[in-house]
Amino acid sequence: MILMQGKGVSKGVVKGPIYFYQRAEAAVSTAAAADIEEEKRRLEEAKAKSAEQLNALADKAREEAGDEAAMLFETHAMFIEDEDFVDCMNDALESEHCAAERAVEMAGEQFAAMLAAMDDAYMQARAADIKDVARRILNNLMGVAEGGIDSDEPVILAADDLAPSETLQLDKSKILGFITQGGSGNSHTAILARTMGIPAICGLGDSLKQELNGRTAYIDGETGKAAIEPDDITLTAFQAKLEKQQEMKLLMETMKGQEDVTLDGRHMMVYCNIGSPEDVAAVHANDGQGIGLFRSEFLYLAASDYPTEEEQFKAYREVAAAMDGKRVVIRTLDIGADKQVDYFQMQKEENPALGVRAIRICLNRPEVFRTQLRALYRASAYGKIAIMFPMITSVWEVRECKRACQKVMAELDAEGIPYNKDTEIGIMIETPASVLVAEELAKEVDFFSVGTNDLTQYTLACDRQANDLGKFFDPHHPAVLRALKLAADAAHKAGIWIGICGELGADLTLLETFLAIGIDELSVSPSAVLPLRAEIRKSIAKTCTLEKLEC
Amino acid sequence: MKQFTYTITDPVGIHARPAGMLAKAAKAVDSTVTIAKADGKSAVATKLMALMGLGIKQGETVTVTIEGGNEDASAAAMEQFFKDNL
Repeated sequence: MILMQGKGVSKGVVKGPIYFYQRAEAAVSTAAAADIEEEKRRLEEAKAKSAEQLNALADKAREEAGDEAAMLFETHAMFIEDEDFVDCMNDALESEHCAAERAVEMAGEQFAAMLAAMDDAYMQARAADIKDVARRILNNLMGVAEGGIDSDEPVILAADDLAPSETLQLDKSKILGFITQGGSGNSHTAILARTMGIPAICGLGDSLKQELNGRTAYIDGETGKAAIEPDDITLTAFQAKLEKQQEMKLLMETMKGQEDVTLDGRHMMVYCNIGSPEDVAAVHANDGQGIGLFRSEFLYLAASDYPTEEEQFKAYREVAAAMDGKRVVIRTLDIGADKQVDYFQMQKEENPALGVRAIRICLNRPEVFRTQLRALYRASAYGKIAIMFPMITSVWEVRECKRACQKVMAELDAEGIPYNKDTEIGIMIETPASVLVAEELAKEVDFFSVGTNDLTQYTLACDRQANDLGKFFDPHHPAVLRALKLAADAAHKAGIWIGICGELGADLTLLETFLAIGIDELSVSPSAVLPLRAEIRKSIAKTCTLEKLEC
Repeated sequence: MKQFTYTITDPVGIHARPAGMLAKAAKAVDSTVTIAKADGKSAVATKLMALMGLGIKQGETVTVTIEGGNEDASAAAMEQFFKDNL
């Protein structure tokens, strides 16, 4: 038995053949070609095949993710037919008397260098697109398989780590799971695996050897264990898990289309947390009833400069429209602390978790805040958007946020731009201060949503980033649960709803406590929706107790 | 020959995606479309990479020249394209 241990980054168990991701790394010969006309013909053929592949990818992207995503591949297809690019390849063939491969390589390098030399970070980054296109033509010339998987049956894909453009082009119907030597929980591979809902293990290091190619492996994306030719004990454990997983899958399918209601008729809103418009597909696939937390940070973290109102508006509108009238709670900018963005040029802080972060940045920089609020209100005309402010500690902050909203609404009125005047406004409950003044806060807003990670961090004075605090960082601590109850009571007294959008929301062992407290909404990752629904439908709300609050 | 000027309002300017769309639109008309910047640099609009090489940014004014074919129809189509997309 060969047993490998890595870090499980996407749950699930699967059995299948290991297949090493192939990259076209074969050296391109610079030797003179025997027949230039033959090389020209080969080049034409490879170009045509590449364009065909790209157009097929564009169609697929359009179906899966819309016109925006398709345009990337269409642009790549246009690069191939670009007159100057084609001339450059043909000139190279004529003047160098080289093979088609070398001509493609030279033209690719020349145009990538031209873009890389431009005085614009965005255009410089497009050099990667040209290289991508040149590599595709080369792959076709040299007969390297498209998408890196040349196998008829589905495989467990092995690699050092995968680049974003590589994960994008993979034929996902052929992938059972991922195992990588490097990478982390935040790598593209891990993110893709979680979105696809298939198991993944990263950080296997040197134990994942190329010679394991083709061997049948069992992988467990929860424990991070991978086994080849497992002994009886290991095999039994894997098989038991596989069977249980299969049963769960069948059970979950039956949950689709069902209501989130307890046996005694208490309704719970089961919503999803998402980080970008692409995640909406997973929300639909798992039958989420709304979006309880759309983190707007992706717009800021992925950019090299402040995202414009237009860019933000498009992203918010896309999600609002895709959710078709279901509630979409969008949280305003929540950077600082563990999420840093260079162009904000924040001062270095001794205690960033207690520093200028989230709403504090927005209130200090009205222009940044105004841009985002304008984009949010404009998007409110296209769906049921709710705006949520993070890191609130005081009533004056909420009032200032609302004033900023009113100013933006007045601007839009003056400009004749449509928006929804009744857009709900809510706040995150994640500081002990907000819990203690919850009654006053509740009178100002339409809803509360509890961020349990930060609420735990601030209530227990435990840095959530620190690794060695382990047992001290306990989200089940009665102090945290009692804080939840205080906030819920205040919300209900004012007649507003309260949800949980932190990781604790998906903790099934706390569902009874949440029902007893009277939580109205749980926002969880899309893959957690159906298991949560199954549990809610088995519960009886009126017999739930506050036992875990220990009071 | 017909000519018009246009000031780019798209926040990203004529980058890869808009350049791709522009090249596509220019191919659809039966005239030769040339884009020139204020500094004199120009490119034939069907040439994607040359267009990108101009590095046209938001706020820049470009001169669009239409020659040959049905110039009136081509100019109208290109003007509409710029207004809708750039």
